[in-house]
Amino acid sequence: MPIKLIVNGQARELDVDPDMPLLWAIRDHLQLTGTKFGCGMALCGACTVHIDGQATRSCVTPVATAQGRQITTIEGLSTPAGHAVQQAWIALNVPQCGYCQSGQLMSAAALLASNPHPSDADIDSAMAGNICRCATYVRIRGAIHQAAETLSAGATA
Amino acid sequence: MYFRHIEDESAASPATSPSPPELTRRQFLQLTSLAGSGLTLGILLPGCGSQPGAGSVAGPLTMPFLRVAPDNTVTVISKHLEAGQGVWTGLPAIVAEELDASWAQIRVESAPAEVPTYQNMAFVPMGVHAQLTGGSTAVANSWQQLREAGATARAMLVAAAAARWGVPATDITVSEGVVSHAGTGRKATLGELAGAAAKLPVPANVPLKNPTDFKIVGNEQLPRLDARAKSTGKQQFAIDVMLPEMMTAVVMRPPRFGARASSFDASKAKAVAGVVDVVQIPRGVAVVGRDMWSAKKGREALSVTWDESDAEKRGTTELMKEYRALGRGKEALTVKEVGEADAALAHAVKRVEGEFEFPYLAHATMEPLTAVCRLSPDKCEIWAGCQFQTGDQAAAAAAVGLKPEQVTINTLAAGGTFGRRATPDSDYISEVASIAKATGGKYPVRLIWTREDDITGGRYRPLNYHRITAGLGKDGKVAYGQRIVGQSILIGTPFESVLVKNGIDPTATGGSAAEQYDLDHARVSWTPPKVGVPVLWWRSVEHTHMAYSKEVMIDELAQAAGEDPVAFRLKLLGKHPRHAGALKLAAEKAGWDNPFPKEKGRGRGVAVHESFGSVVAQVAEVTVSGNKITVDRVVCAVDCGIAVTPDVVKAQMQSGIGYGLSAALYGKITLTDGHVDQTNFHQYQVLRINDMPRAVEVHIVPSRNPPSGVGEPGVPPIAPAVANAVRAATGTRLHTLPFDLAAARRAKA
Repeated sequence: MPIKLIVNGQARELDVDPDMPLLWAIRDHLQLTGTKFGCGMALCGACTVHIDGQATRSCVTPVATAQGRQITTIEGLSTPAGHAVQQAWIALNVPQCGYCQSGQLMSAAALLASNPHPSDADIDSAMAGNICRCATYVRIRGAIHQAAETLSAGATA
Repeated sequence: MYFRHIEDESAASPATSPSPPELTRRQFLQLTSLAGSGLTLGILLPGCGSQPGAGSVAGPLTMPFLRVAPDNTVTVISKHLEAGQGVWTGLPAIVAEELDASWAQIRVESAPAEVPTYQNMAFVPMGVHAQLTGGSTAVANSWQQLREAGATARAMLVAAAAARWGVPATDITVSEGVVSHAGTGRKATLGELAGAAAKLPVPANVPLKNPTDFKIVGNEQLPRLDARAKSTGKQQFAIDVMLPEMMTAVVMRPPRFGARASSFDASKAKAVAGVVDVVQIPRGVAVVGRDMWSAKKGREALSVTWDESDAEKRGTTELMKEYRALGRGKEALTVKEVGEADAALAHAVKRVEGEFEFPYLAHATMEPLTAVCRLSPDKCEIWAGCQFQTGDQAAAAAAVGLKPEQVTINTLAAGGTFGRRATPDSDYISEVASIAKATGGKYPVRLIWTREDDITGGRYRPLNYHRITAGLGKDGKVAYGQRIVGQSILIGTPFESVLVKNGIDPTATGGSAAEQYDLDHARVSWTPPKVGVPVLWWRSVEHTHMAYSKEVMIDELAQAAGEDPVAFRLKLLGKHPRHAGALKLAAEKAGWDNPFPKEKGRGRGVAVHESFGSVVAQVAEVTVSGNKITVDRVVCAVDCGIAVTPDVVKAQMQSGIGYGLSAALYGKITLTDGHVDQTNFHQYQVLRINDMPRAVEVHIVPSRNPPSGVGEPGVPPIAPAVANAVRAATGTRLHTLPFDLAAARRAKA
């Protein structure tokens, strides 16, 4: 039985082990490589995607359980919050090595979608699952605040 | 001995007269193939002169470090690995400055593996002729080279415009990538002039800009060239390389360091769907599958019998016990001796003593080690975040039985390195090449290390024990005695012959108080134990432990003397003006002279340290609640010479502070009976956003000196600054890393 996925709005069929983590299905079989492998145990957040809008660790999500649900990867991040965080990330020169940043952005976009004005404490709590070994954390906080301002300015304009 | 890039020091060229560049085979092929296609091309190396054109002026100007294309893009060729430290912005900034290009037209790409063209000039005086990123040298060693490259290209483009317009070159100006002649009002882009410029001879000794005219170098607002790709998931790392027919491999490695596979049973592994091959390689047994999942499942089903007769079977508890005994024993190599340390310490009126213990540390790069290899009978191609291209090329060649020049190295952005990707034996590159060889080059192969492979894989920052006595004499002079016990990183590697002097490994022993303060009496000695756990440079190398014990002991001595920690240090820094300058700036910006609020559990501490040519001072403010340490604020001052890209300098200080704090609060690899105890981030904990100080303020000391390192120097001061702050807050000394305040309090009681 092929696995049927909806990734970035497109229906895809895959002939893979149903237990294969969604991460490896989208990377190795859909060639969507923006989503990264970091730990394989939902400890680092590099593999974060949105499933039905929720930030989800794709490295521990069996591909079969994601069938029929809306999967969004960094390549398909197109929500207002998604764009706002990406623009803020670029404006503040957040990335260093950049490897964790897809996951950081997916978590940040999900945070802003549910909490448009997060405090530093809210950010720390929502982003604690995403490790950055370059420790870009100070700029991540700053960029999330900046994106929040952009979004609220856009909402009131 | 395939390290042909490392010569005996006697044979080394002095830094001032490097051997003349040669037209390499690759450049020759590039030249001939493009000439054959009818395109105008200038491969312009000093001494090679100009290349005949095909009549058209539309062509690129191609030089070793840059390419100006007809589409008006300027591509800077980076000989260094971008691993987050910002060289893909810093190196282009130097070229763009001298070229007077617009930042918007600048692109960057990795250089091929070629020595001497792309060797790291910083290591040439030591006799190492290698393309290598390390020691925070990328901008420092490229500074003069890339200024000259940019200025030379500019002169050629101006000469082409002068010839085209029939005006004197001296009347032509270049600004924001536009070449202009005011008298005639003529203008051209760099791209429009590239083809004509490529036909001109390469001028020598082109004058460089006066630094007061810099617009790009030193620009605080310069965007990182890689920020967009890295904010959209488009940056390609080795793990993202997808070649037709490519298979994925994981390797089962020995459970203890030094063990070897004696036999294996692949029957169950081969029965896993998607597994295509199981092959033995020198470093273990590789399972190859059609994707990562099948390779990993295959490895779980693999059965290997190990010969552990030569394996390291001690645990870190036993090792530290041995280290303590060695540190108290007599046998040691003298690293540095000034005055009469023993006598001065015996007569000291104030004295402090400390024993320091530092664990093994894994680098834990976010992108686990990954490399891709495609092998054909006469060619081997590697894609990886190569940090040591020359060594990687040689190692791959040795593994597959080709010559180094038959190995192409494609250096991709690395998802962090912190030293891990520059191993003297090119471990993971050697592995992927061995797998390609063992599978006969049937398919391209991508090797991925899992996080477990990474954390348990060795190449750690060495376990260390320091014993220090510091004293203050009646005459006010400081005496300092330090014993260091820790493995050598260099001994036993090809670097030993050129970098180890009189048996002393500088990467195990450098940066002591004897070097960094004006001391009248100091003795530093080292005992390197033989241990089978492989060790490596870890972001800031010896300074990770040497700065810690130094800055904590100096602080304790200041306290014993009843003096202010900043004032006490400044008295010992008369001959170290850059240390004093950075320390004063950090203290001033932190408001050190203002009394710190006397609230329960709050404290402030300071540390200063030089590494890789730069001096960094940091003031840390902490809150201690129970046994929990929170770092509230860090004020950092850095003297790195001219700050080529100030925002990258600031980012590297922030990064170094986070990386160092990670080790101070959590970093620890332990072994039990030779087995590594930690496997993934739940056991090898690293700093997360909730532990990052809310305020990290970075100030750059104004300087006209040539640029020095920034990738590593931010790391060493943070742990001692925080420890000194915790002592100020609680009275408890932290001499064992990572910090365990409860244990330190028990030990004191």
